[in-house]
Amino acid sequence: MKRFDDGGIMESRSRTSFLSGKVPLRWWERIFVRISLIHDHYDQFVGYKRVSKTWLKKLLYSWVIGTSIISLGIFIYMTSQAVEKRKDTLVSMCEERARMLQDQFNVSMNHVQAISILISTFHHGKDPSVVDQRTFTRYAERTAFERPLTSGVAYAVRVLHSEREQFEKQQGWTIKRMDTIKQNPVRKDDYEPETLEPSLVQEEYAPVIFAQDTVSHVISLDLLSGKEDRENILRARVSGKGVLTAPFRLLKTNRLGVILTFAVYKMDLPSNATPKERIKATAGYIGGIFHIQSLVEKLLQQLASKQTIAVTVLDITNQSSPISMYDSNSSTSDDGLEYISMLNFGDPFRRHEMRCRFQENAPWPLLEIATSTGVLVIALLLGDIFYATVNRIAKVEDDCRKMMELKKRAEAADVAKSQFLATVSHEIRTPMNGVLGMLQMLMDTDLDVTQQEYVRTAQESGKALVSLINEVLDQAKIESGKLELEEVQFDLRAILDDVLSLFSGKSQEKGIELAVYISNMVPEKLIGDPGRFRQIVTNLMGNSIKFTERGHIFVTVHLVEEVVDSIDMKLESAPGNTLSGFPVSKRCLSWSKFESINQEGMKSPSISSLSNLVNLIVSVEDTGEGIPLEAQPQIFTPFVQVDPSISRTHGGTGIGLSISKYLVGLMNGEIGFVSIPGVGSTFTFTAVFDSVCLSSLGTCRGPPIYSQSNPSTTEFRGMTALLVDPKPVRAKVSRYHVQRLGIHVEVIPDLNYELLTVANCGTMKFDLVLMEEDVWSKDPSSSAVFMNHLKDKNHGVAPKFLLLTNSIGSSRMNDGASTARQSNPAVITKPLRASMIAASLQRVMGSSNKASPRSGVISRLALQNLLQGRKILVVDDNEVNLRVAAGALKKYGADVVCENSGIKAISLLKPPHHFDACFMDIQMPVMDGFEATKRIRVAERNFCSESQLGDVPAEAGREAANWHVPILAMTADVIHATHEECIRYGMDGYVSKPFEAEQLYVEVSRFFASERN
Amino acid sequence: MDVAQLKRQLIAFTELLYREGFLDEQFNQLQQLQDENNPNFVAEVVTLFFEDAERILNELANNLDQQSVDFKKVDAHVHQLKGSSSSIGAQRIQRVCIIFRTVCNEKNVEGCLKCLQQLKHEYALMKSKLETLFNLEQQILAAGGPPSI
Repeated sequence: MKRFDDGGIMESRSRTSFLSGKVPLRWWERIFVRISLIHDHYDQFVGYKRVSKTWLKKLLYSWVIGTSIISLGIFIYMTSQAVEKRKDTLVSMCEERARMLQDQFNVSMNHVQAISILISTFHHGKDPSVVDQRTFTRYAERTAFERPLTSGVAYAVRVLHSEREQFEKQQGWTIKRMDTIKQNPVRKDDYEPETLEPSLVQEEYAPVIFAQDTVSHVISLDLLSGKEDRENILRARVSGKGVLTAPFRLLKTNRLGVILTFAVYKMDLPSNATPKERIKATAGYIGGIFHIQSLVEKLLQQLASKQTIAVTVLDITNQSSPISMYDSNSSTSDDGLEYISMLNFGDPFRRHEMRCRFQENAPWPLLEIATSTGVLVIALLLGDIFYATVNRIAKVEDDCRKMMELKKRAEAADVAKSQFLATVSHEIRTPMNGVLGMLQMLMDTDLDVTQQEYVRTAQESGKALVSLINEVLDQAKIESGKLELEEVQFDLRAILDDVLSLFSGKSQEKGIELAVYISNMVPEKLIGDPGRFRQIVTNLMGNSIKFTERGHIFVTVHLVEEVVDSIDMKLESAPGNTLSGFPVSKRCLSWSKFESINQEGMKSPSISSLSNLVNLIVSVEDTGEGIPLEAQPQIFTPFVQVDPSISRTHGGTGIGLSISKYLVGLMNGEIGFVSIPGVGSTFTFTAVFDSVCLSSLGTCRGPPIYSQSNPSTTEFRGMTALLVDPKPVRAKVSRYHVQRLGIHVEVIPDLNYELLTVANCGTMKFDLVLMEEDVWSKDPSSSAVFMNHLKDKNHGVAPKFLLLTNSIGSSRMNDGASTARQSNPAVITKPLRASMIAASLQRVMGSSNKASPRSGVISRLALQNLLQGRKILVVDDNEVNLRVAAGALKKYGADVVCENSGIKAISLLKPPHHFDACFMDIQMPVMDGFEATKRIRVAERNFCSESQLGDVPAEAGREAANWHVPILAMTADVIHATHEECIRYGMDGYVSKPFEAEQLYVEVSRFFASERN
Repeated sequence: MDVAQLKRQLIAFTELLYREGFLDEQFNQLQQLQDENNPNFVAEVVTLFFEDAERILNELANNLDQQSVDFKKVDAHVHQLKGSSSSIGAQRIQRVCIIFRTVCNEKNVEGCLKCLQQLKHEYALMKSKLETLFNLEQQILAAGGPPSI
């Protein structure tokens, strides 16, 4: 039972300790949250770190101290609880024993009293007495269970001295005295009542007449002669209640005991009887002997917890010297824990108490130690974890800051590097320009062939170096993010023509077919950065031409929408169906990864049509050696080439593609490629441009930089051409270029097939026949027949016949071969460009004195042709300028009239007159060029309206109805002079001072060339 | 001196003029305009330029001498000179003219005078250089060399 109790206590202890441990846990959490909050704002506080470190240390110390105190507190609390419990246990056990003892004692006492009443009733109340020794003994024996604490009872009768003799006679024995026995305690064995001395003469006697067997030795003893007995008897008969002796050694057994004595009265006394009455009424005394020691032992054994507590019963009637009635004689605990419970044995004169102590010491408070140590350990661990975490965070932040700093430094270094590159490149460029300029001048001096060769080589190298520096400069700009795109209007077709002519020499050398095809959907004019666009295409084409030894390089430009929509674009790259017949890698694969295209399919087409944006997709397809598979992923990395030997064989730095990729990115496009080693590569990129809005020219600004594309596109408008080409792709390209001149083109695959269709399409009249060289050389005779057939169809007029050829060499050979032939085919050398075709056509069509404006020499010749014999008025207030301009125009064969003021010019140009054109300075004193022009135009208009009325003589030789002399502005200020401004004042264009042959040609040819035709 | 040597000298001198920035491409073009029909074209133009320039310089000096300077007039004159100098390719004069015009637009009399001084200096330099050039050419002609460079 006790163990169970302890277990319960243990459980409740641990529960309370757990609860008390929970509170600091929450507190800790709160702090942690706060700290983490603070750390979130860490970056905002510069110098916070040091503060947090000391703060953290303090927090940690206080945490350790605090938790130690808390665990100590827990320990103390638990221990005190245990002690309290122990005390409680002791109290309850002690009380229990005391009450039991007391109850049993009382029961015994009551019964002794009952016996006294029995005696008074049957011994003294009856005459003669019905109670004798035998009856009394038997009764006492049989009722002994009622008095568990008594070892025996005896009855002594009151005998006065006067009655002694009669009494002794009656009983047959003399009254013996007891006090002598006391001095010489005897053993039971040799106890002889006869040896006892007869009692001395007293006033009265109290000899024992009845006694229980256990105490039969006291019969005939005078109780009044015993000290304790006498006291007892006297007190008992006065009080009328049971009284107790102090513990004393009993007769015979010599054991510690107490005697309980009741007085027996002859009559019933009232409860308020005086002591005298009581003494007088006393008949005898009944006594019960209590063997306290054995009795208490028996009792404690009954309770079965003798082992745990030690019990002492004391008589403390005399406070100073308590008499021990019972002592369990076992070792007691030394914790000083003692409980005293009072015992009330019914005798108010005597006081007894029971002292209880634990026999064993309290067990070690293991549970408490374990709990508090556990709490402490957990708290310390938490502190450690927290400290480590915070330290770790601080360290990581530190590292992060260091890394940020390093990153910043690295970036700064990178910027510095780019800056350095830019500066150095720029610094190199400036002297290089000087070198190149001087070389150019050197070329113009008298040099022999070898020297010329050297100079040319030096110039080529210099140019290569400059272009390389430009590339490096671009790369540097890209890295520093300074590369920006222009927004100007340009003609995409003209640019591609330019690029084509750039590579034409090389392609002809290698015998590669070079072609450009631009879809009709692509607008004429776009707004963007033509230079950069050109750079991308040049880069890609340059790469292609480097690595291609046979076959073709084919550039196609489409709208992205077109590519997405059309299926035949994808079918086009069927094997064999290519420009040169060589297989190519599948073009559509190169853009398969483009996001814009993949999205485009889902987007509604209206988006791009609503805005002015034009999304172009440009492919450069070659039949070169291709890119090795392992090198493909790195192709766009700067300065990476397929393998180092490439730079030896082909040159280049390997940054072209990375620049291109970046430029494409700037144009909001993507670049991709597909390459099969041994078959060829196809690079494709997309780029987004603005389209020129369709409203009037005035609202759409944009310097017409690339507007000089085709000076004579109108020349051939309305003609019809027949193209003979078995290869559909190539035919498509040829048709595209010829159509750009405004010529309608019919394509047929071969000569024989043609015979039928020409017959079929009856009335069709052809001005031109274009034939691929391979068709021609395969069967020259049948083509002659074919030509004759056409001639017949055209009512005897033979159409002009042109051969399209790939390389100069073969064309020369053909030239030689064909001189004998009637049809004498003119040759157009590929790559095809509108201007090239135009020039060739002009040659064939008779206006052969006109040459391509491409090179300076040609343009000078062309200018001469244009200006020969023209009457031109030059107006400038500056004598020197006037002379120079006049000199320049005279050089081209013009008939020049000089004038130095606007007013004179007006009078000279008053129609009718004979001037073919006028060059006028804009800034002149008195009247500037614009004003003069305005007045001239007014005069012309007046003249026109007059001529319609018929007032003007027809001898003027011109169509008077639209009399309009071309007036060109001369200005040194090229930057501010705009075409529009000149147009606004009625001028036809402007030339920069001093004259540049090419520009002059372009301007002049605009109005003279059409006239010639 | 024989023709070849003179010719070399002429080339070297011309090159020097180009390098030192006295002349630019325009002068080259001017020379190209000279042919049989127009044998003294360059000399004519240059003489014209010198006359013109001298006149303008005088006018400028007069203008700037006055109490209230008419900057508009000055600007017009400088513009004239700029035009002529660019026509014959007298690069350095042209550049000074450009500076002159900006100074003139700021109505800075002091600056104008400075520029005028510089113009005069440049003009004198140019004149002497070109005269040397023509003298060389004349010598070549006299020695029986081809008429043009």
